[in-house]
Amino acid sequence: MSSSIRLLGQALVTLVIGFLYLPILVMIAMAFNKSPYYQLPIEWSLRWFNDLLADQRLQEAAVNSVLIATATAVIAGALGTLAALGLARYRFFGRGFLKALLLPPIAIPWVIIGCAMLILAFWTGIGRGLHAILISHVALSLPYAIMVVGSRIAGQGTACEEAAATLGANPRQVALRITLPLIAPGIVAASLFSFATSFDMFVISYFLAAPGQTTLPVEIYASIKEGFTPVINVVSTILILVSFVLAVLISRLHDFGTKQ
Amino acid sequence: MTGAIVENRQSADRASAWRGYALVSPAYLWLLLAVFLPLSAMVYFSFLSSNVFDSGSAQFTLGNYLSFIRRPVYPILLWRSVLLGIIVTALCCFIGLFAGLALARALPGRARALVFMLILLPFWTSGLVRVFSWVVVLRTGGVLDSFVNWLVPGAGPTGILYTYTAIVIGLVHAYLPYMIITCYLSALAIDDSILDAARSLGATWPRVFRRVVLPLMLPGLGVGAVLTFVPVVGSFMEPRLLGGRSGTVFGTIIEDQFTAVFNWPLGAALSFIMLAVVLVIMAISAPLLRDRREMLK
Repeated sequence: MSSSIRLLGQALVTLVIGFLYLPILVMIAMAFNKSPYYQLPIEWSLRWFNDLLADQRLQEAAVNSVLIATATAVIAGALGTLAALGLARYRFFGRGFLKALLLPPIAIPWVIIGCAMLILAFWTGIGRGLHAILISHVALSLPYAIMVVGSRIAGQGTACEEAAATLGANPRQVALRITLPLIAPGIVAASLFSFATSFDMFVISYFLAAPGQTTLPVEIYASIKEGFTPVINVVSTILILVSFVLAVLISRLHDFGTKQ
Repeated sequence: MTGAIVENRQSADRASAWRGYALVSPAYLWLLLAVFLPLSAMVYFSFLSSNVFDSGSAQFTLGNYLSFIRRPVYPILLWRSVLLGIIVTALCCFIGLFAGLALARALPGRARALVFMLILLPFWTSGLVRVFSWVVVLRTGGVLDSFVNWLVPGAGPTGILYTYTAIVIGLVHAYLPYMIITCYLSALAIDDSILDAARSLGATWPRVFRRVVLPLMLPGLGVGAVLTFVPVVGSFMEPRLLGGRSGTVFGTIIEDQFTAVFNWPLGAALSFIMLAVVLVIMAISAPLLRDRREMLK
């Protein structure tokens, strides 16, 4: 390709990266700005961090978010691993159909799934609240968890397990000593992914949250709608940093098409 | 000998099938209870005359679906949402196509891995937080205004927040990474020798792009378009926060039925009308994409 086209392409990529990151960087900078009206030039201050420390409501929501995300990571990681193993290692009737069933939860707009869950929560009498949020987060993380673990299993093959079985290991030993360690990075990636999905989930939590039982994104949304509270800059900055750390961790364990 | 093995295999297959079912059932039971059962309940709900738990007795009715036709505001708002989806998808396609191509072809290996990571990162961050970051940038007297006034003193406020433009900017920002990644993946798959062949046969770069590169990237564009279009048509948080009073779209109407008006059957019916329209649009555009691929053959 001629070098002028190459240069043009590099300029475009730079512009796109700028577009994607500038607003986020501005928001992070404003978290440290003393002026509540985002006045420039920035007067550096940690006053909004102190405000956050005094904000009971946001802190409770943050604790809820972490708890739900952790539970989602554990449950979706475990159930996702089992299902991925079942889909990858066993041949049974309806297997293709079950794989196809993973798509609707991903493809249907969240607003519809959220409303549907709200209807069922009231119908069955379990109501809104943290339990309903947890159930929904696990459900929405599961398809991703199954796919992530599944791709790890597909990449491993069965040679090691067959060798172990030939050498006299019983199925239990094969599962715990061979299969599990081999697919462990996939399981960890799936769990982290589920944690991130739950931690950042707004739309569905929004429909299922009850007064006093909310998550951080729901509280942030309420605060933004009320008006401009600079504390939200601080919370958002923390959220972004948590997500970035998770993303880097996951990419270490699992490459989503980064390598050919 | 062979017969014994076959028989052995068959019983082993049956046992393994049961083991397979046992392994997948917890996850799928969860999905059934938390996703598919609610969706079925919602279908049933959309045919009811009122919330069952309010009145106790609700009649079967088509009224919720009919009110979509009877009240012109609903088709107008659905069209607004679809148009928003088309505009955002088109913008993402245009930028994502060239950005994905540039990422795959114009960057040296090390820089490419870094940039790919940078494009993947926003993917992991809360969509809500990213929309909020635009509120910070675009608001009157915000960072953009300060910047513009520093560049052109006395330019006054830009007033972009709470306009249609703000919604489009926020949504493009939200979904562009999807498009870049799918386009990047299909650009990576293009064989250099095809391009060399086209060039050596005398095709100019624009012609190579139109006749070779573009058709080969259509699958990536298509997947990216679906990943963008569907959630944008269903969006309500972005239009609400960035569009303010001008941000009423079909998604916000559905949300209102569930959180403000409490007419859940109507909200359910409107949801399924939206889903149907989205599916029809995708079904119409799918062969369009496939036909274009034939051009290469």
